Amino acid sequence: MNQAPLVALVGNPNAGKSALFNALTGARQKVGNYPGVTVERHAGRMALPDGRPVELLDLPGAYSLDPSSPDEQVTRDVLVGRQAGERLPDAIITVVDASNLDNHLRFTLQLIALGLPIIVALNMVDLAERDGLVLDPEALERELGVPVVPTVAVRKRGLETLKDRLGDVVRNVHTVRPGPGVQHDIVVLQRRARQIATAVTVSETAARRWTHRLDAIALHPVSGPVLLLGLMFVMFQAVFAWSEAPIGWIESLMAMLGGAIGDALPQGVLRSLLVDGVIAGVGAVVVFLPQILILFGFILVLEATGYMVRAAFLMDRVMASVGLSGRAFIPLLSSFACAVPGIMATRTISDEKDRLTTILIAPLMTCSARLPVYTIIIGALIPDRAILPGVGLQGLVLFALYVLGIIGAFVAALVLRRTVTKGATSGFMMEMPKYQMPRLRDVLLGLWQRAEIFLKRAGTIILLTTVVLWALLSFPKPPEGSGISKVDYSIAGRIGNGLQVLVAPIGFNRDIALALIPAMAAREVAVAAIGTVYAVDNPEDAAGEATIRENLRAHWTLPTALAFLMWFVFAPQCISTIAVTRRETNGWKWPAFMVSYLFVLAYVAAGITYWSAVALGL
Amino acid sequence: MTRSMNIAAAIPHPIRLAQLPRLKPGTVAGVDWHALSEPEGRRLRELGLDEGVEVEMLHHSGFLGRGPVACRIGRMTVALRRHVAAAIHVSPNP
Ligand SMILES: Nc1nc2c(ncn2[C@@H]2O[C@H](COP(=O)(O)OP(=O)(O)OP(=O)(O)O)[C@@H](O)[C@H]2O)c(=O)[nH]1
Ligand SMILES: [Mg+2]
Repeated sequence: MNQAPLVALVGNPNAGKSALFNALTGARQKVGNYPGVTVERHAGRMALPDGRPVELLDLPGAYSLDPSSPDEQVTRDVLVGRQAGERLPDAIITVVDASNLDNHLRFTLQLIALGLPIIVALNMVDLAERDGLVLDPEALERELGVPVVPTVAVRKRGLETLKDRLGDVVRNVHTVRPGPGVQHDIVVLQRRARQIATAVTVSETAARRWTHRLDAIALHPVSGPVLLLGLMFVMFQAVFAWSEAPIGWIESLMAMLGGAIGDALPQGVLRSLLVDGVIAGVGAVVVFLPQILILFGFILVLEATGYMVRAAFLMDRVMASVGLSGRAFIPLLSSFACAVPGIMATRTISDEKDRLTTILIAPLMTCSARLPVYTIIIGALIPDRAILPGVGLQGLVLFALYVLGIIGAFVAALVLRRTVTKGATSGFMMEMPKYQMPRLRDVLLGLWQRAEIFLKRAGTIILLTTVVLWALLSFPKPPEGSGISKVDYSIAGRIGNGLQVLVAPIGFNRDIALALIPAMAAREVAVAAIGTVYAVDNPEDAAGEATIRENLRAHWTLPTALAFLMWFVFAPQCISTIAVTRRETNGWKWPAFMVSYLFVLAYVAAGITYWSAVALGL
Repeated sequence: MTRSMNIAAAIPHPIRLAQLPRLKPGTVAGVDWHALSEPEGRRLRELGLDEGVEVEMLHHSGFLGRGPVACRIGRMTVALRRHVAAAIHVSPNP
C-alpha cells in the first residue's frame, strides 16, 4: 500500500511552525510567543492542491541537530529516522523567521545538508516588514538551491504557493539524493548564513523598535520586578473581581435547574440523586468556570505577547538561588493553569537534575483546579472587606495562598538540589522573542479549549465521583425516627468517621476526611463532595453554592478552614499529575517520592496552621 | 606621531561584554570559550555569537543588580548569565 508522504515541519524555536501546522491542517496545536511551546511531535493531515494527502508533523523547535534538551532530541530523532514507531520523513518544510535570517538560516543549511527533499517557508514576512526589512525571496532561493516561499502563518498568507511547491517536492519523493550528511561545524554554517542573509536583504531602514522600548521598562532592574509583581497581583484580583457577575448567572441557573427538577420529580431516590448528587455536586464545580477562564486568559495573553521570557529573565536570579534557572519559570508558571502541561514543558530544560527538580516542585504551583476549593472556603469564612481601595481581603488571602505555594516550591527546590537531585547547575541562556499583539482568535480558541476540558471533566470524572459519593452517603438509610444523622449512618459517613482519627490532629472534621479521597481524582471534587455531604444531610435546601457557604459557616471553624486551605497548598495533586510524572521520569521512583514528600509537607503545614490559629484564638 | 596616537584612540581596546555601556553597540572581538562549559559554548554559538557580530547591552542586571544581562546579538535579544557576558570580548563601535 502506498502511504501518504510524511512531511516534517522543522526550524528554530518560535519560528511559527505550529502556527503553520494549524493553518495547513486545521489543527489547534498550541501556539505561543516564546521558544519551547511545542515539546512533542504532533501529526496531522493536509491535502495538496491536486488532492493527494500528506501527513504533516509538527516538531519541537531546535537550534541544530545536536540536541541539548529532551524536546530537541525528539526533532533530531525524527529527522534521522531514529524515533520509535516513526518512519523517516519524505520531505521537510523548514520554517524560518524572515526578520532573523542571520540566525535561522544556519539550521536551514544544516537541514539542507541532510539530503531530504526540502522547502523553505520564509515565515513572519509581516514582522520583517514592520522592522523595515525588505528581502528578496528569489535571491534566497538561488543562494540556498531549494524552493523558498514567503508566508505569514497566522494570516494564512502564502499557503497556496507553499502547497503547490510542496506538491512538486514530494512528487519525486522516491528519488532522494543522498546529501553530504549532517554538518556539525556551527561556526562555518553561521558565517555562511550571515553571508546569505546579507545577500538577500534588499534594504533595511531604521526599525521602529517597539520591542526595545518596552524592554526598557520590562527588563529594568527596578521597574521590571515591580511590573511582574503588579501583573501577578492584578491577575489574582481579577480572578475574584471579574468573575462575580458570571458566577451569579451560573448559580441562578443551577438553582433554577435544581428547583425545576425538584418540583417535577416525586420525592425519592432519583430526585435525591439528581438534586443532591448531580446538581449540588457538579453544579458546585461548574460555577467556577468564569474564574478558571479568567486565570487562563491572563496566562494565554502573557504567553502570546512574548512577556514569558522577560518574566523568566527577571526570575533567573531568584531561581538560581535555589539551584534552578529562569528557564524553569515558564513550566512553573504554566503549572498555575495545570501541572500536567507544566511538567511536559520541562522538556525544554537541558540539565537532567534541573529538569527533575522542576518536575518535583511543579505540583506546588497552585493549579486552577484548586481555585474552586480556595474560593469557596475563602468566600465562606474570610470576611469580604476592602483593605485598600480595590484590594479586598478575600483576594489578598487567595494571593497569599498562591505565594505560599511558590515559597514552598522554592524551599523544596533548595532542599532537593542539596540532597536527592544534587548536581551541576545549568546555565540560563535564552532568546527573547519580539513582542506581539495577542491575537484575539488564538486567545479565544485557547479559552474555548480550556472550557471544553473543564466541562468535560465536570461531566465525567467529577460527575462520576460525585454520584458514587452520593450513593455511599445515602445508603444505608437510618431507621425512621431514630434521629441519627443520615450521613453518619451511611457507608461513606462511617468511612469518614474512621478516617477522621487520622486527620483530627490537624483539625479536620469528618466532612473534610470524606472530601480528601475523591479529591485525588480531581481537585475540584473536594468542593463537590462537601456540597453533596451537606445536601444529603439537609435535602430541603436549594442546591447551589450559597448553601455550601452557609453550611461551611455553620460547621467549620476558622482554624479548620485555614488548615484545610494549607493542606490544599501542599498536598499531592491529582492522579493525572502522578501519571505524567511517571511518564516523564520513566518509572515509579520519582512519582512515589513526590507523593510522599508532598503528603508529609501538607500534613505538617496543616497541623501547624491549625494549632497556631487555635492558639491565637481565631 | 600625534596622528597615529589619534588612530589608536579611535580603535578602542576590546572590553568584556559585561562592561559594555548600555545601548552602545560593539563588535565581538573574541570569546574565551574555555571559560564556558561545553553546553554553554554550544548554545552561545547557536544563538549566533561569533567574532564580528554586532552586540549591544540592553540591561545589565535583571534583578537587584545581580541577575543575568539582556543583550542584542545580531538581530536577536538574548538573556545571558553574567559569567557568560564576562567571557565575551567586545570592541566598542566608534
Ligand atoms: N506576525 C506573525 N506572527 C507569527 C507568524 N507565524 C507565527 N507567528 C507568531 O509567532 C509565535 C510563535 O509561533 P509558534 O507557531 O508557536 O512557533 P513554533 O515554531 O511552533 O515554536 P516552538 O513550538 O516553540 O518551537 C506565536 O506568537 C505566533 O502567533 C507570522 O507569520 N507572522
Ligand atoms: Mg510549536
